[in-house]
Amino acid sequence: MNGSPFTLLERNSVSVVMLKVMAALIPAIIAHAWFFGPGIWVSLLVCSVFAIGLETLMLLMRGRPLGPFLKDGSVLVTAWLLALSLPTLAPWWLYAVGMIFSVVVAKHLYGGLGQNLFNPAMVGYAALIVSFPMYMTQWPGPIGVAVQSINLGEAFDLVFAGQGSVSVDAFTSATALDTWKTQARLGKPVADILVMPAFGWAGGRGQELVSLMYLLGGLLLLGNRLITWHIPAAFLGGVAFTAWGLHLLDPGQHAGPLFHLLSGGVMLGAFFIATDPVTAASTPRGKLIYAGMAGLITVLIRNFGGYPDGVAFSILLMNVAAPFIDTYTQPRVFGHKTSDQAGGRKDTA
Amino acid sequence: MSQPRKLHNFPGGVHPAGHKAESNASPIRPMPLLPRYVVPLRQHIGTPARPLVQVGDRVLKGQMIGAAEGYVSTAVHAPTSGKVTAIEPRAVPHPSGLFDEAIVIEADGEDRSIGMQPLDWRTLDPSALRNRIREMGLAGLGGAVFPSYIKLNPGASRNGASPIHTLILNGAECEPWITCDDRLMRERATQMLEGARIMGHMLGARTVIVGVEDNKPEAIAALTKALSEAEADDIEIVTVPTCYPGGGGKQLAYTLTGVEVPTGGLSTDVGIQVFNVGTAFSLYQAVMHGEPLISRVVTVTGHVGTPGNFEARVGTPISDLLAAAGGSLEGASGEIIGGPMMGFDLMDLAAPVTKAVNCVLVKSPALFPPKPEALPCIRCGACARACPVELQPFEMYWFSRARDFGKAQGYNLFDCIECGCCSFVCPSHIPLVDYYRFAKSEIWEREREKQSSDQARTRHEFKTYRLEREKQEKADKFAKAAAETKAKASTAETGDDPEAAKKKAILEAALARAAKAKEEMTAAGLKPRNVENLPPRVEQEIAEIEARRGTAVADTEAEMPKVDQ
Repeated sequence: MNGSPFTLLERNSVSVVMLKVMAALIPAIIAHAWFFGPGIWVSLLVCSVFAIGLETLMLLMRGRPLGPFLKDGSVLVTAWLLALSLPTLAPWWLYAVGMIFSVVVAKHLYGGLGQNLFNPAMVGYAALIVSFPMYMTQWPGPIGVAVQSINLGEAFDLVFAGQGSVSVDAFTSATALDTWKTQARLGKPVADILVMPAFGWAGGRGQELVSLMYLLGGLLLLGNRLITWHIPAAFLGGVAFTAWGLHLLDPGQHAGPLFHLLSGGVMLGAFFIATDPVTAASTPRGKLIYAGMAGLITVLIRNFGGYPDGVAFSILLMNVAAPFIDTYTQPRVFGHKTSDQAGGRKDTA
Repeated sequence: MSQPRKLHNFPGGVHPAGHKAESNASPIRPMPLLPRYVVPLRQHIGTPARPLVQVGDRVLKGQMIGAAEGYVSTAVHAPTSGKVTAIEPRAVPHPSGLFDEAIVIEADGEDRSIGMQPLDWRTLDPSALRNRIREMGLAGLGGAVFPSYIKLNPGASRNGASPIHTLILNGAECEPWITCDDRLMRERATQMLEGARIMGHMLGARTVIVGVEDNKPEAIAALTKALSEAEADDIEIVTVPTCYPGGGGKQLAYTLTGVEVPTGGLSTDVGIQVFNVGTAFSLYQAVMHGEPLISRVVTVTGHVGTPGNFEARVGTPISDLLAAAGGSLEGASGEIIGGPMMGFDLMDLAAPVTKAVNCVLVKSPALFPPKPEALPCIRCGACARACPVELQPFEMYWFSRARDFGKAQGYNLFDCIECGCCSFVCPSHIPLVDYYRFAKSEIWEREREKQSSDQARTRHEFKTYRLEREKQEKADKFAKAAAETKAKASTAETGDDPEAAKKKAILEAALARAAKAKEEMTAAGLKPRNVENLPPRVEQEIAEIEARRGTAVADTEAEMPKVDQ
């Protein structure tokens, strides 16, 4: 088949899309390195290497051409998203197991690029938090909270040798989400919780600025028309609305909307994970329902569930519902009449 | 006139590189007279024209050589004077690459024409005018080549007013590279507007709008000037934003009026009729000069020596047209008929210009690099955002690829106008439109198969029914005859019906014969099959049956109906 159109949009390909997504992650990565030390570079590197290795292996096993599929860059995006979701300075095999779940199970066992039902990075994250909850809570504390900071060499040591010149306990700490959850359950007054070292001016100390950098990256994606506003807006709206409602009911037990928006993986989820086109709903109305529900579930898991963060599980849950949502939210086709169309269509420009 | 008109943005659309400058600066050049023309009989949607000439006939320029056959059909005319040398299948510009019946005319070089009679369109009865237009072979020059006389019929309306309120002249020319309409508007604006007035008159349209994309400021200026020179303001010249496929009939109608043409319908359903500007010019020529549609403006551009626009007679071999444009340059890699978004590859350079050919675009690897290998769909939705019909192209692709054509149809596959926007923006470089064409043709094929199998089944069912009915009729007849015989026999016993008496005599004779035969057999020492020692009642019955059979067979042979099988 070789018909019209004979011309294609210049400089437009899956590789370009993926590269732009990765570029949009860079501000947040830099902020992360600034606040939590150089460990993020190690985990990004290790995840990327495993990702490419596993992708190559799976392509070979499935008899697919290596060139175009390795060049598409999708596996690197998965690797980066997983690396940014995991505690840095975890042992190397934790990253390896995560990448196996992401690349082998969630991606290639479902048929490879474009065929997966679940977001690969979130499958990796979910598998790890279910299997190795202890390792998944050892986040490095932000600068000023951790007992000591480490350099890049020490980070490599920690990841590959298990321990080097520093002991793990010296620089990890509970995240703000964890702290709130534990302390609120213990009945500690809100005022006493918020002055604990894990908290910054709005969310988790340091994490709040990383979150803002994700927001910046997300705006870049919006500006480049790689995503539409529907999913981030609905996801953030769902989080804020649910958090606000619970906070009104019991401000001592439940943190406020701003805290939820700027802690944990909400911003990363809103712009980079829930927007994964392969697994998200694809109609405009469907995106709103899909992401709004994911935002709601995120806060419910955070406040009532057994896991510190709910972003991964809420998105995975809504991934299942996405095809169903799509089926029932098909947009009206040009020239098709609908009952609610009184005064002609609305201009879409 | 500048516009007070509020414009509406249709959904989707793309902005491919225009490439108009390559050919829009050079005025329309007339093609020199050629030694040979090939006029295909099918240049339009619908039935091919019926040839009116024979090999060896001499024809004049403008003489009808093929008559419109049926409703959706247009006449074809001799492009010059000369001799018909062949009527045979020739290469034609069609995506299939198949040959089609064409009339070949060897020019005599004199270019003598038939007497062409101008028409007084203001006084002539519209239906007479339409008939003349039909005879002059007018058809839409935008590419679809729909017979114009059909579109110029406003149809009946209950209150007597025309159901068409708005006539739109399509000067959008949204396909990249093509500039033939642009040049026509720049150079022949006055005639074109007059053509529009004739159209408006025939349709009874109250509003006449010329829609031109804003990348053709010179054309807009020329039209505005022509309008002011005529001291008229009966036609609105409206600038519309450049956005492909803004020149789609339904898209332009929406842009200019905000009215959506309902799915499966025509713009006339909402009181709007759309004509290409080239058609308006050819209508002017036909009405004011009596000139049939024997030439059109064709853009020749791309990888050629001197890109430009040519006034080419219908039947001009494309190889000659290319030669007139300086020929294809070194490294040319084929020709596209039409624009790069919706055109098709030309299979044979010997194919002629038809009424549908608006552009010959010579490809080169630099201008049209080979498409990168397709990657799997990542459902990014770029196609859906680009789709001017608001379809979900990736869903239609998914189901077309899986050959789940019913589902593809469920996603409104047949609303797809094949504009190519989705393929154009796809980051995975999937040839989406090719999949839709494939799915549509498969569905049509299945529909045809279903129809023919339905017909076969109906035929078979009717045959079975007919045989059954004949059998039943036969059985009824036997039963009736038997009943009659029995009734007669019984009356014969009681009454003195001569017929019954005759029957009785036959019966008795048969009984006697049977008895005699039995006797003879016994005498001869032969044993009849299982009939000795029969009680007399049974013997009597056998004889009766024999007799009845004799009469019934005689009856039915006489009355047997004549059947086909």
